[in-house]
Amino acid sequence: MKVPFAGAIDCDIHPAVPDVAALKPYLDDFWREHLTERYIDHAPFTLASYAPSLPQSARPDWRPASGVPGASLDALRVHALDPFGSRFAIANVLHGAVALHNADMAAALCKAVNDWIAHEWLDREPRLRASILVPPQDVELAVAEIERCAADPRFVQVLLLVMGDRPLGHRTYWPIYRAAGKHRLPIGIHAGSTFRRAPTGSGWPSYHVEDGVLQASAFEDTLVSFLAEGVFQKFPGTKLVLMESGFTWLPTLLWRTNRSWRGVRTEVPWIDRLPADIVRDHVRFTLQPLDVPNADLLNRVFDHVRSDALVLFSTDYPHWRFDGEDALPDGLSDAMIRKILVDNPLATYPRLGAVAAAERTALREEMAR
Amino acid sequence: MNRPVPERDVQAAQRLAFVDCDIHPVQRTPKDLHPYLAARWREHADTFGSHVCQGLIGQLTHPRMMANGMRADAYPSNGGPPGCDLELMQRQHLDAYGCEVGMMVCLSRGGMEERNLEFGAALSHAVNDWQLHDWVANDKRLKAGIVVPQEYPEYAVREIDARAENDAFRQVILSPRSSEPLGRRKYWPIYEAIARNNLVLGLHPAGLSGGHASSGTGWGTYYMQEHYTFGTSMVGNVVSLIFEGVFERLPTLKVAMIESGFSWAPSLGWRMDRQWQQMRKETPHLSRPPSEYLRQHFWFCTQPMEEPEEPAHLYDVLDWIGWDRMMFSSDYPHWDYDDPRQALSFKMTDAQRSAILRDNAKALYRLS
Repeated sequence: MKVPFAGAIDCDIHPAVPDVAALKPYLDDFWREHLTERYIDHAPFTLASYAPSLPQSARPDWRPASGVPGASLDALRVHALDPFGSRFAIANVLHGAVALHNADMAAALCKAVNDWIAHEWLDREPRLRASILVPPQDVELAVAEIERCAADPRFVQVLLLVMGDRPLGHRTYWPIYRAAGKHRLPIGIHAGSTFRRAPTGSGWPSYHVEDGVLQASAFEDTLVSFLAEGVFQKFPGTKLVLMESGFTWLPTLLWRTNRSWRGVRTEVPWIDRLPADIVRDHVRFTLQPLDVPNADLLNRVFDHVRSDALVLFSTDYPHWRFDGEDALPDGLSDAMIRKILVDNPLATYPRLGAVAAAERTALREEMAR
Repeated sequence: MNRPVPERDVQAAQRLAFVDCDIHPVQRTPKDLHPYLAARWREHADTFGSHVCQGLIGQLTHPRMMANGMRADAYPSNGGPPGCDLELMQRQHLDAYGCEVGMMVCLSRGGMEERNLEFGAALSHAVNDWQLHDWVANDKRLKAGIVVPQEYPEYAVREIDARAENDAFRQVILSPRSSEPLGRRKYWPIYEAIARNNLVLGLHPAGLSGGHASSGTGWGTYYMQEHYTFGTSMVGNVVSLIFEGVFERLPTLKVAMIESGFSWAPSLGWRMDRQWQQMRKETPHLSRPPSEYLRQHFWFCTQPMEEPEEPAHLYDVLDWIGWDRMMFSSDYPHWDYDDPRQALSFKMTDAQRSAILRDNAKALYRLS
């Protein structure tokens, strides 16, 4: 169904860096020269998980005549911000810097991407917010990038890919979560892989479609990693937003971890209550792509997860997840629609909530006058 | 877990008459296999031992939980690991609860993860002989699963063809921790042999890997994570078997998913169908939505039983998977053993209970 009222918060859209040339103004002299010397200043830095030619990488009617899908702000306005009536949309730039082995180069590119999105997109479109792209190759550099960007309130979360060198709950990554918590930034974990590891425990599948299906398994293993490592106890303010791989797999995870915890709790003594309750308090999921085939099943899944607070509206623009303006599945109650479109995102992103609260105060003051 | 069973419960339980789809016998010592190994391999085993893809020998790098992953009361008083003593297995499980048929799944020393392929072949052959002579011959309720060196399909096919005429063998056991996803062409000769001999492909998680981290995100730190990958790593193989077109090629192939969970199956079906709708030109060899292969070719074992926060939710899952596709399993003698009297504690009809406890397994494995 269509989004029934204006003011939705679109928690996952994908502006794309057309090429490294676009980032050159935001690279320092050394890196600009270095990339040029190595003839990689026009390299695409495209993640294999998001090859532009793949059907899901761009909706046919959102695919530009030339160039990379998602690279045009005007197109974003016409295709997504206006028709869905979004009050805010969170830009997650899926850039190949995170797949490099050279952490310094990755950090320079991430910094450039963050400055590029701020200047080329956020400055020109007040409805846009962005996630901070960080180099997971080097946690200290990632923390430095968070500290650098956090001063700009339009950055509302930290962005990581679900499949990298190791499960993201690992202690290696804790300084990132400490820094994010300090600035009240949720950790946004997005589908995609740097392919450091085979996508399955038994190696490399043959087909793209398998890689797509298996993103959900990676999210499961990642969430179990956060639970087992005790991240939510170490950093009680942590919010995870799991993006672009649905949530129909969640009931299984809640049931299996609840049960296994009873058997393994001496191994992970910091888990101090049922994993399902921890997940409901700390973890959120973006809506698209939705894989439930009908409204009845969707509502059964919501029953199984026992919460209406978990799902955040997303269009996944320009990825192809639905046709026309039917960004919402059919069969949701009005109350659930309101939660998904507005309440849940505001409760998840403190920096959006602060803006909303300030607007309400201003409105009240205006009405009082 | 690890509670002794009161004697008074045993009589009533004997009326259960169930088929157990996951029982783990093991050798008391490696020497139990010696009668079935050629002198050359006995010497190899004693000198070089196994050669596998992990950094420790004789134990797992994710150590199991209490009692080394075993029921503490299943350690035989005369020594050896749980599962090595038929008399104790009968007393604690087969006789105690009225097991009609027990499907043996031999995970140890079968060479499925052995890097030396010829040694792996010799071990598989020996474990298959050992299952017949040391177990089936002594208790006719037990059925064997053919163990094969899965990374050596040429030999695996020979072993399957040679064993299949003995109806003590009802399935072929593969580990989902293979060196390639199980749908890839390398393994097709194994499935052809399974299909032509009217056997079942039984997949059971095994501790040692084929060289890959246990998940696409890498290695977990804790056993809690490793345990979770029993499900997710199985999903990767289900996806592979389906999208590679194994069931187009072999329409009669049946797969038993043992100790891998099952509540993930419905959402996996939805997700595969959704992705396939946009990507179907990549796999034109599929003639139907992926979920249809899942529904038609896969059977699921109950242990470890899923436990929703509201037990009635399990009913939804069973409805979606199909009540004709679930089979009881206990995992005896492992630590997370499911008691056949208690595992199916949620509400269901007598016919549904009977289907899960025995009828479905009898139909799949053609047990009388």
